[in-house]
Amino acid sequence: MITFDQIKKAVLVSVWFMFLTFPIMVIRVNPVERIVEWRWRNMLLIGVGSFILSFVWHYFIRRKELGTQKAEVGGEETIPLAQRILEKKAIYRPTLAVLGICALVFPFIFSLYQTNIMVTALIYVMLGLGLNIVVGLAGLLDLGYVAFYAVGAYAYALLNYHFGLSFWMVLPIGAALGATFGILLGFPVLRLRGDYLAIVTLGFGEIIRIILENWNEFSFGPSGIANIPRPSLLGIDLSVHAATIYIYYIMIGLCLFTIFVVNRLQDSRIGRAWIALREDETACQAMGIDKAKTKLTAFALGATWAGMSGVVFAAKTTFVNPASFTIWESIIILCIVVLGGMGSILGVIAGALVLILMPEYLRAFSEFRMLAFGVLLVVMMVFRPGGLIPNVRRTYKFEGVTETKKG
Amino acid sequence: MEPVLKVQDLGMNFGGLRALDAVDLDVGKNEIVALIGPNGAGKTTFFNCITGIYPPTEGDVLIFPQGKDRPKRINGLKPNKVTEKGLARTFQNIRLFPNMTVLENVMIGRHCRMRAGVLGAVLRGRSTMREEKAAVMDSYAILEKIGLDPFVNEFAKNLPYGAQRRLEIARAMATEPFLLLLDEPAAGMNPNETRDLDKLIKRIRDEEGISILLIEHDMKLVMSLSDRIFVVDYGKKIAQGTPEEIRNNPAVIKAYLGEETDA
Amino acid sequence: MDYFLELFLGGLTRGSIYALIALGYTMVYGIIELINFAHGEIYMIGAFTALIVISVLTLMGMNTIAILVIAGVIAVIYSAAYGYTVEKIAYKPLRNAPRLSALISAIGMSLFLQNYVLLAQTSDFLPFPNLIPDFEFMEPYAHIIGSTEIVILITTAIVMVLLTIMIKFTNIGKAMRAASQDKTMSMLVGINVNHVISVTFVVGSATAAIGGVLIASHVGMINFYVGFIAGIKAFVAAVLGGIGSIPGAVLGSFVLGWTESFATGYVSSDYEDVFAFLFLVLILIFRPQGILGRSEKHKL
Ligand SMILES: Nc1ncnc2c1ncn2[C@@H]1O[C@H](COP(=O)(O)OP(=O)(O)OP(=O)(O)O)[C@@H](O)[C@H]1O
Ligand SMILES: [Mg+2]
Repeated sequence: MITFDQIKKAVLVSVWFMFLTFPIMVIRVNPVERIVEWRWRNMLLIGVGSFILSFVWHYFIRRKELGTQKAEVGGEETIPLAQRILEKKAIYRPTLAVLGICALVFPFIFSLYQTNIMVTALIYVMLGLGLNIVVGLAGLLDLGYVAFYAVGAYAYALLNYHFGLSFWMVLPIGAALGATFGILLGFPVLRLRGDYLAIVTLGFGEIIRIILENWNEFSFGPSGIANIPRPSLLGIDLSVHAATIYIYYIMIGLCLFTIFVVNRLQDSRIGRAWIALREDETACQAMGIDKAKTKLTAFALGATWAGMSGVVFAAKTTFVNPASFTIWESIIILCIVVLGGMGSILGVIAGALVLILMPEYLRAFSEFRMLAFGVLLVVMMVFRPGGLIPNVRRTYKFEGVTETKKG
Repeated sequence: MEPVLKVQDLGMNFGGLRALDAVDLDVGKNEIVALIGPNGAGKTTFFNCITGIYPPTEGDVLIFPQGKDRPKRINGLKPNKVTEKGLARTFQNIRLFPNMTVLENVMIGRHCRMRAGVLGAVLRGRSTMREEKAAVMDSYAILEKIGLDPFVNEFAKNLPYGAQRRLEIARAMATEPFLLLLDEPAAGMNPNETRDLDKLIKRIRDEEGISILLIEHDMKLVMSLSDRIFVVDYGKKIAQGTPEEIRNNPAVIKAYLGEETDA
Repeated sequence: MDYFLELFLGGLTRGSIYALIALGYTMVYGIIELINFAHGEIYMIGAFTALIVISVLTLMGMNTIAILVIAGVIAVIYSAAYGYTVEKIAYKPLRNAPRLSALISAIGMSLFLQNYVLLAQTSDFLPFPNLIPDFEFMEPYAHIIGSTEIVILITTAIVMVLLTIMIKFTNIGKAMRAASQDKTMSMLVGINVNHVISVTFVVGSATAAIGGVLIASHVGMINFYVGFIAGIKAFVAAVLGGIGSIPGAVLGSFVLGWTESFATGYVSSDYEDVFAFLFLVLILIFRPQGILGRSEKHKL
């Protein structure tokens, strides 16, 4: 049902956007060769596109408003699909088994190239789950997360270069270094309000990158460090193919470990404190929670996981340079958390797989990747702030408790 | 009477605004004390200064923990430390954790009485599990007492207004306070709910042995509940005494000037 | 001494431009308490629009002063339009949402606008023609300060004065001040808060565009990424001065401009961007309310 008013509005929107995008989309200049190119077709595309999008946008805005009204009246909230599946053991056990088998046989069915991509995706799963602790659970917007990732990667690269330390030795060192940096940065900045924290962590990430780029004696500058060994199995050096498969399994193991830890943390004293902190800092403190300590724990734990992922990243690519650790990397990880659902383990895993695998397989799309990520952040926040698979809180059953107590 | 809280000469400035000026107040053991005053008198600020949210500009806040003969100065402590010492509060404009369940909201109150750290959470050793289970049970018991047990797994944001106010009380009680500070607990409640609240507060005092300091505008509730009443206006204490004395105090009547003077 | 003077004036110029951008941050923050991450991009779009207009008009063989004026005006109009639209799409629907949501939305907007320009135009640095003629009377001092710098300083001063007049004396300025004090209360006394917020974005974006055009002709080149770094630095300046305070933003900008100028001049230019960030971290730790900001205690 489309009213005349809506059409009028859509036309206005469309005209407005044609005007807005006119210089940037239609004209392309090349001041060096003094050429001006006119691309009128783009204007048409924008006009039609924004006409349609205007309907879609308003439709969803209206639906959202209706939704909040319903919630206020006290209507039933629909239980998310993910939760319904999780509650039915008969469905989710076999699903899990199938997924597990798929994950195990993956490198033998698919090519080396595919396995490599999968390893990348798994690294992002781990990064996402780590950042999820900081942003999703504790509500601290950390835009410099990539710095800890860099710390891990350079830890392996440099410790191996200078002292010949192996992957397995550096893995815990990378984690510890990540945590140390997390605490060092967290200590002064965690007193700040949320939005300042975002900027300061962003600044910190950039500082680390600029230092890596300029301090040649330490980090070999922009050219980076090459020939980092892949992990060896029981002291035997593996072929490239075997090593990739090996890294794949290492990553599967690390991801499972991460899921295990984050899952246990979520429903613990600490995990609840994080969520409470995210919900209302003042109330949280007034309930006896040490704000600084709780934030610092979240920050350090998140950084630990970034450090570990960094070590694996260096081992996988056998090469690190500062270009891998730009602010955009932090933002991609943020996108993963936001798309999946802040605080939701399942969501973050899904988010990482979708966001990392999709551009790899849709090459045509990859050019628009960052553009789409930008749209994604805005659209998710406006229409679905809980993410694709929102976090569900644990429920407790108390049948019979009352009787036994009274009895 | 044995005191649990003694506030001496409390003063608080916001820039040039003198929100509190030399306020004295004390609460005795098992006492229900009310703090009243017109809007903007500085009542909430008084709570904020006692509970460490603002450090008071001057004055002393002393508590008398049980079993210790010496009082303890708590002004300047962080809010969480104050809560650990046994003062718990609710907020005038409800500040629950909206996206946590009712039970979890109460469990947050248990936080400072629990020990488990990160390692304990991950390893889930015997003592952690025992502690966690006890926290769940204790919290549930508190909810039962307050009458919120039917909502135990609901999100706090989905509760009706009156229930949210009571959940704030439950959450504060979970911290095992000896003194409960309630900031306008009846605000926005209908007469039925207010009557229940009246009973609830008395029960908390009688059954749990928790002293209570409350801010309230509902004079009927104040008169029915309080053992003693303190009145502030423009940051200054203008009267103190039993409900009877306060009712007939000319200074108080003048401060309220037609505002529920005959309640 | 000449070197010192050169650095001093260089810092002043830098500071002026930061100030033009920082104003937008501070005004928006003052009203909706949001770091408008996309503000830097608005300024970049202003500069790009100006470059496009200049290129087209140059090919048509117009007089340089006329080109400069037209390009400036169009850049201001477009930046204002972008600022307005960004607010409507990315922030207005989140007015009552948690701050984290609005912040993430702002980052998304920033990312989108950068890549929009990147894809629609180019990722290369484009030369930005310097249209400001050399002033003859400045000849003897040309090694210390160029004509572009002078234009920058004068323009900034004019913009500041106009803005101050607007905020102090016009109705909309009063409404802005009221809304930044207490939004609900302003609404009750009949101020259209949505309108005030829109105007704030429009004015902030327009000043940013002026900064964009000036800095582009000063530096002589632009690409899609210039907004981000400059935006962050301007934000640092705004925080430095005390976010929400307009004189603070100006003061903070000059302090930052001088710091950068002297630090790169006397220490090392490799770490130019590091100074700004270090400054930010130190300020936030030791004086989070900034130089002129009031220490805020949120009412409960
Ligand atoms: N954080 C703050 N900054 C500046 N002024 C404040 C702050 N908090 C409170 N005030 C001022 O202090 C005075 C007392 O406020 P307070 O909230 O304590 O009043 P109240 O007695 O609780 O009123 P009500 O009955 O309306 O809750 C008011 O004038 C208020 O504006
Ligand atoms: Mg109050």
